[in-house]
Amino acid sequence: MHTRLRIGVLYSRVRIEEKWIFAAMERRGLDYERLDDRRVFFDLDDPSPWQQYDAVLERSISYNSGLYALRILNAWGIPTINTVAVAEACGDKLTTSAALNKAGVPQPRNLVAFTPESALEAIEILGYPVVLKPVVGSWGRLLAKINDRDAAEALLEHKAVLGSVQHSVFYIQEYIHKPDRDIRAFVVGDNTVTAIYRRSPHWITNTARGGEGDPCPITAELEDICSRAAQAVGGGVLAVDVIEHPERGLLVNEINHNMEFHTTQPVSGVDIGDLIVEYVSEVARGRVRAPQVKEGA
Amino acid sequence: MSIVTCPECAAEFELEAGVEAGEIIVCPDCGVDLEVTSLQPASVELAPMEEEDWGE
Repeated sequence: MHTRLRIGVLYSRVRIEEKWIFAAMERRGLDYERLDDRRVFFDLDDPSPWQQYDAVLERSISYNSGLYALRILNAWGIPTINTVAVAEACGDKLTTSAALNKAGVPQPRNLVAFTPESALEAIEILGYPVVLKPVVGSWGRLLAKINDRDAAEALLEHKAVLGSVQHSVFYIQEYIHKPDRDIRAFVVGDNTVTAIYRRSPHWITNTARGGEGDPCPITAELEDICSRAAQAVGGGVLAVDVIEHPERGLLVNEINHNMEFHTTQPVSGVDIGDLIVEYVSEVARGRVRAPQVKEGA
Repeated sequence: MSIVTCPECAAEFELEAGVEAGEIIVCPDCGVDLEVTSLQPASVELAPMEEEDWGE
């Protein structure tokens, strides 16, 4: 039996977020190990090198590396932040939408099709403009706002011919005429700990695409929708992207299970790195049972 | 002194204090992204290119 908690941090790059996380680990006196995901491997018959960790924080920059690492670690019963179920639910936008839908959390209207022909039919039901998104992807890459039928036909043909197999799942979302901003809120466990507005004159507001952050108050409405969204995908440490619809109120657009906060932390003054580390240590102590998505979610 | 040489443009520059192994820095001369691969001795390599499933 060891009494000092031992944490593994699986990472790809030491971004500013990792520096903040490592600094918080050191301030809190946690025994932690930096595990470069380009150098580690897993022997499915031998979990012992990994069983030394009371919990593993997954910060891989590659969605697939992180997902499969979590799958193995959870299969061995090693607690992770987040769990593989949460990574599965958040990493695929269609899976997220299905979970939100099941939980009755308001979101933009989404249609799904598997061929360019049926996608065009679905797009015309929603009406222009619409947004076409890859089901897996980040940093606002390959999002397309389609303003008319000519553009829809061209884009669908290009995706069918040039895209990888994943692009044959057409995830079509209504375009929300939102203010020049959206909200990114951070949920840690049961609490919505901070939020920022991401402002951009461009319809894509990701800070990875030049969006700027401003402080955003956590209203009761925002806290409620973020908490429900986080629960819908299984809970943990999550960043919920929220759109303000002029009539329908707040809508959940996406949920990120492995988030960056290089903009949020300085704008909000909230030490998100430290809150993550606090949560990780609670999971490692077994005080927080890693939540699971219910079967069929 | 933590002097490194940019593998892209051969510029020599000093790593800033507080830089950690694994961190991505920008070459002050040519602007290419570099990964700090070691601090003792200081060394940098070209940072990996962004891949399709990268992100948050």
